[in-house]
Amino acid sequence: MILLISSIIAITLKAGTSLVFATIGEIFTEKSGILNLGIEGIMLMSAVIAFTVSYYTGNLSAAILSAMLTGGVLSLIHAFLSITMQAQQVVSGLSITLFGTGMASFLGQTLGPETNSGYLTGLSAARLQTLTIPGLSRLPLIGPVFNQDPLTYIVLLLIPVSWFFMYKTKHGLNLRAVGENPQTADAMGINVPRIRYLYTIVGGMLAGIGGAHLSLSYTPGWTDNITGGRGWIVIALVIFSLWNPSRAIWGALLFGGINAVQFRLQASGADISSTLLNMLPYLVTIAVLVIITVWEDRKRTTGSPAALGTPYQREEK
Amino acid sequence: MTAVTKGAGNTAPELILEMRGITKSFPGVTANDKVDLELFRGEVLALLGENGAGKSSLMNVLIGLYRPDAGQIFLNGKKVHIHSPKDSMELGIGMVHQNFKLVDTMTVVENVILGEKDLKLIPNMKKAAERIRSISDHYNLKVNPDKYIGQLSVGEQQRVEILKLIYRGAEILILDEPTAVLTPQESDELCNIISQMTSEGKSAIFITHKMEEVIKFSDWVRVLKKGKLVAVKKTSDTDPSDLAKMMVGREVLFNIEKMPFTPGENVLKIIKLNASDPNGIKVLDNISVTVRKHEILGIAGVAGNGQVELTEAVTGLRTSQSGEVLINGENLTNRSPIEMIRSGVSHIPSDRVAMGIVGDMSVASNLAMKGYRNKPIVSRGILRTSLILAFARRMISAFNISTPGPQTHVKFLSGGNIQKTILAREIDACGDLLVAAYPSRGLDVGATEAVRKEIVRQRDEGRAVLLVSEDLEELISISDRIAVMYGGRIIGIVDSEGCDIEKIGLMMAGIENHQQERGSRT
Amino acid sequence: MRIHFKKRKSYSAAAAVLTPVISFIISLLLTGIMLAAFDINPFKTYTNMFQGAFGTWRDFTETLVKAIPLILTSLGVATAFKLKFWNIGAEGQLVLGGIAASGVALFWSSWLPPFLLLPVSILVGAAAGGLWAGVPAILKVKLNVDETLTTLMLNYVAILAYDGIYCGPWRDPNGYGFPGTAQFPAAAWLPRLSGRAHMGLIFALIIAALLWFAFYRTKWGFELQMIGQNKKAARVLGVNIGRNVILALLVSGAISGIAGACEVTGIARRLQQGLSLGYGYTAIIIAWMSRLNPAVCVPVSILMAGLLVGGDSVQIMMGVPSAMGKVMQGMILFPMLAGSIFTEYRLVVSRRNTDISEAEVAK
Repeated sequence: MILLISSIIAITLKAGTSLVFATIGEIFTEKSGILNLGIEGIMLMSAVIAFTVSYYTGNLSAAILSAMLTGGVLSLIHAFLSITMQAQQVVSGLSITLFGTGMASFLGQTLGPETNSGYLTGLSAARLQTLTIPGLSRLPLIGPVFNQDPLTYIVLLLIPVSWFFMYKTKHGLNLRAVGENPQTADAMGINVPRIRYLYTIVGGMLAGIGGAHLSLSYTPGWTDNITGGRGWIVIALVIFSLWNPSRAIWGALLFGGINAVQFRLQASGADISSTLLNMLPYLVTIAVLVIITVWEDRKRTTGSPAALGTPYQREEK
Repeated sequence: MTAVTKGAGNTAPELILEMRGITKSFPGVTANDKVDLELFRGEVLALLGENGAGKSSLMNVLIGLYRPDAGQIFLNGKKVHIHSPKDSMELGIGMVHQNFKLVDTMTVVENVILGEKDLKLIPNMKKAAERIRSISDHYNLKVNPDKYIGQLSVGEQQRVEILKLIYRGAEILILDEPTAVLTPQESDELCNIISQMTSEGKSAIFITHKMEEVIKFSDWVRVLKKGKLVAVKKTSDTDPSDLAKMMVGREVLFNIEKMPFTPGENVLKIIKLNASDPNGIKVLDNISVTVRKHEILGIAGVAGNGQVELTEAVTGLRTSQSGEVLINGENLTNRSPIEMIRSGVSHIPSDRVAMGIVGDMSVASNLAMKGYRNKPIVSRGILRTSLILAFARRMISAFNISTPGPQTHVKFLSGGNIQKTILAREIDACGDLLVAAYPSRGLDVGATEAVRKEIVRQRDEGRAVLLVSEDLEELISISDRIAVMYGGRIIGIVDSEGCDIEKIGLMMAGIENHQQERGSRT
Repeated sequence: MRIHFKKRKSYSAAAAVLTPVISFIISLLLTGIMLAAFDINPFKTYTNMFQGAFGTWRDFTETLVKAIPLILTSLGVATAFKLKFWNIGAEGQLVLGGIAASGVALFWSSWLPPFLLLPVSILVGAAAGGLWAGVPAILKVKLNVDETLTTLMLNYVAILAYDGIYCGPWRDPNGYGFPGTAQFPAAAWLPRLSGRAHMGLIFALIIAALLWFAFYRTKWGFELQMIGQNKKAARVLGVNIGRNVILALLVSGAISGIAGACEVTGIARRLQQGLSLGYGYTAIIIAWMSRLNPAVCVPVSILMAGLLVGGDSVQIMMGVPSAMGKVMQGMILFPMLAGSIFTEYRLVVSRRNTDISEAEVAK
C-alpha cells in the first residue's frame, strides 16, 4: 500500500510539473486581465523546439531556454493582437493554438535529420535526469518527492515564490491592480499596456517550460499532439486554484493524480470508471466556477480578475 | 455655512499654479478654448460650469490624462510638462475623480501605496498603515487602513482618495464634483477637511455646477461656459444669482409655452412603494404619488436619492418589496418591462447611450425598437424592412434628427440627436404615461429646448409625464408640480407655479417642509 | 513621434473588405517565406495545394466533405456569438450530436420504421447538441457563470465520453478488437451526393439560408442583435434576455449537433476514432472571419476546408507536411485580427511634443 501511494506521488509530481508551470504562467497572464487560450499551441511549439535543440546540441539548458523563447514569442503575438490591436481575446488565443498546433506538427516532420526523412518522431535525445537528494529520497511515503528531475524541484519552488511575488511585492500589487481595475491603475501612474505585455509574455515563457518538460522528461521524445490537451487543462486549473499560485499545486495534483491512478486502473482493466474519473476534474471545475460566481454575487472576493478579457483604452472621448 | 478661511494671513497670496491658453478639442467639440487659470497657495478655487462646460477636461489636462492641443502650465513660476498622471503626482498635483480610482478587492493600504514612486520591492505594509492612521487622525478622515475598499461607503471611499493624495505629498488637490455623492453631513465634513488642509498651505480646485457650493467652499471662482472662460471672481464679491447668470447666461431662460394646467384623471398611481437594492439598502421608502393626464410631475433631488429607482419601478426594471404601482387603475406592480410597455408606458432612460440606444445598429433600427413588435412592421415574425425605413424617414423629419441617413449607426450621432432618436421612438409608442429621466442632461441649448418642448407637447396632448431632472430651472419651467426626493422618500410636493426655490433647496437637503402640497393633492 | 489610433466617424467599408484580402496575401507571403526557409518551393506548393483542393471534381468533393462540419459548426457558433455569448463548445456539441445519433442508429433500428431511422438519428443528434449548449446557457442566465470556461470544459467531458463509449460499452464485439462500434444499418446511412460528399451539404446550405434570413429579416434576429450589441438597452426596451439566450444556444448547439450526426451517418457510418478533429475550434475562427454572417460562413468554410485538403495533398505529392494547411489557417488569422481594428479606428501619426503650438498661444 505504501509502495502504491509513493509511486502515485512520484507519477503525480512528474505529470503535474508541466501543468503547474503553465498554470502559474496563465495565472500571471490572467491576473493582468488577459485571457490566453493559446497555451495549448504554445506548449506544443515549445515542446517540439525544446526537443529539437536537445537533439542537435545535447544541451538541455539551451533546450529549455529556447522553449521559453518560443513561448515568449507566441504570447507576444497574442499580446500584440489583444492589447495593441484590441482584438477579441478568445479568438486571438484560439488562433495561437490553431497556429501552434499546425506549426508544431509541421516542424515535427521537417526539423528531423535526413536519415529520418525529416521526422522527429522516434528519435531520442538528451533528457532531464533525475536528481536524487541523498537521504531524503529514502524516506518512506514521501521519498519520491526527492527523486525528481530539476524542473520539478524548480516548480515546487516557483509556487511559493510566485505567491510571494504576487501578494507581497510592489510588482505583484501593480499586476493585481491592472487586472482588477485598469482605469485606476492608469490613474495611479501604472503603465497598463506595459504590464499586460510583460505578464502575457512571462505567462507564455512559463508555459514554454511546461512544454519543454513534456518532451524532455515526462514523455521524452516527440510525438504529434504530445500535450494531449494539457493546454486546455491549464485553463481549468487556473479557475480551480482561484487565480492564486499557491493553490495551483492542488489542481495539478488532482489532474496529475487522476492520471496516475489511471495507470493503475488500466492495469486492472476497468474502463468505464476511468472515463468517469477523467471527466471528474472538468466537472469539478464547472462546479467551482458556479460556486465562485455565486460568491461574487454576494460580494465575496474570489481572486477572479474583474477586468479579465476586456481591452483597456484610456478614455479620450 | 462659512466660506473656508484663508491661511495665508496678511501676506499677499502666493501664485502657485498657472495654466495659460489651454486648448483641447475632441472630434466635433472644443472642450477648452484658450482657458487661463490661476491658483494661490492656501486657497480654494471653484471651477463652475454646467455639464459639458469643459471643467473636467481642463483638469484632465492638468493631471496629464489629456494632452492639450495648445497651452502652457506653470508651477511656482516654472514651466512644467505634464504627460501623465505620474508626472502631475510628482509635481504635487492630485485629483479625486468623480468615479473613484480605487481597486475594490484591495485594502486601503494597498490602494494608497499603489503606484507610489519610491515604493520598495517589498513594501512595508505596517509602516504604511501607521502613516495612514496618523494622516487620518490629523485630518479627521476616519479611515481604517486594513479594510477592503469594497466594504466602505461612498463617503469613506472619497476620504480614502483624499488621504491617498495627502500621503503622496499633494500640494494641490483637485476635487471633481465631490459632493454629488455625499449626504449633507458628509458634505460638511468634507468642507472641514478642506479648510484644515488649506490652513496648512495646501490648495484645492473644486469642480462643481452648484452655486451654493461655490459660496460654501471657495475663495475664488472661475466660470466656464462651452469650453470658454467667461468670468473670474473673488467669491466674497459674488452671490448665487450672480453666478447662475454667468454660468447659464441668457440662453437658458427661453420660455416654453404651455397650456394652462387642467389635470385630468389619474394615469399613474403609486401607493406606499418600497424597494431595496441587493445589499438590502432601502432605495425607495414608502413612496406614494400620482400623475394625472395633462400633467408633468417633476422629481427633484440630489442625484442618488431614489429618483432613478422610482423610474425603474414604474418601467418594470426594478422589483419592489411592497406597495403598488397602478396604471390607469390596473395594478401592474412588479411586472416585466414588456408588460409595462404594452400598458402604454414609454421611457426615456437616465443613461441614454448605455440604456436608450443600440449604438452599433442603424438609426432606423433604433427608431423601430418599439414598433418592431407590432403589425404591420412585423408579420408572422418577419420584419418588413421597407416599412422600417419609411417609418424612420418620417420620424427623422418629424423630430428633426440630424443624421447622414437612416442607415447610419446611431453611435456616430451627437448626443442631442441620439436623444431625439430616443424621444421619437418613445413618443411614437407612448400610451398615456411618459417617464423621462434627465432628458436634457449634457445637451446643448438647442437640443435642450427641443427636448423640453416635446415633453410639454406630450402633456398638452393629454399624456401624464413623470420627469426626473437635476436641473431645477428645467423642473420649474416645464413641470406642473414638483416632488422632492431625499433618501428614497418623497419629502414634499409643491406646485411649480410661483414656487420657492429656496424651499425646494432645503427639501433637497433633507429638511422636511411641513406645509407641503398646497391644494394640488388628489 | 507618436503613433496612436483615432476612432473613425463612421465605419470604413473599405477596411472591412480589404482586411481579409490583404490578410490572405500576407499569409501566403509569410508561409511562402517559411517554406522557402525549409527548401520547399512555395509556388509549387501553393499550386499543388490548390490543385489538391479544387483541381478536379473528385478533389473538390473531398474539400466539401471537410467543409460540411465546418459550415454547420460555424453557423452554430455564429448564432451564439450574435448574442456575445462566447460559446467555444461547438466541438463538444458536435461530438455529443455524433454520439446520440450513433445511439439511435445502433439501438433503435429494432423498433423504429427504417425510413424514420435516419431522420430520428439526426434529430436526436441535434437535440443532444442543443442540450450540451443549453447547460452553459442556463448557468449563464440563472447564475451568470462565465460561458467561455463552461463551454470549454464541457468539450472535454463530451470528448472523454465519446472515447469511453466507442472503445467501451458500444464497441463492436465482432470487430476483432478494432476500436469502434458496429456499422450502422443501411437505413441510417446519410445518402451521398458525389464521392464522399453527403446530404449534410444540403442541410448546411439550407440552415445557412434560414439563419441568414432569421438574422437579418425576422423579429427574432432583431432581438438577438439588440441583446448582443447592448444588453442593458435591450432589457429597457422589453426584450426577454434570458429566454432569448437559452433559445439561441439551443439552436446553436443543435446545429453543431447536426454536424456531428452527419459526420457519423454520412462518412464512417459507425462511431469510431476521428469524430473530434477540432472543427469546433476552427468554426469559431470561421464565424469570426465571416463577421457572423451565415452567408459568408459558407465560402469561408470551403476555403478553410480547402487549406486542410490541400495540405493533405501536398503531403502525398511533395512530402510537405500536411500541417501546412493548419499553419496557413493560423497565418491568415493574425493579420485579420490585427486588421479588424481599422474598420473602426485609423492610425494617426503625430509629433510627441505639444510645444509646437505654443508660439501660436504666445501671440
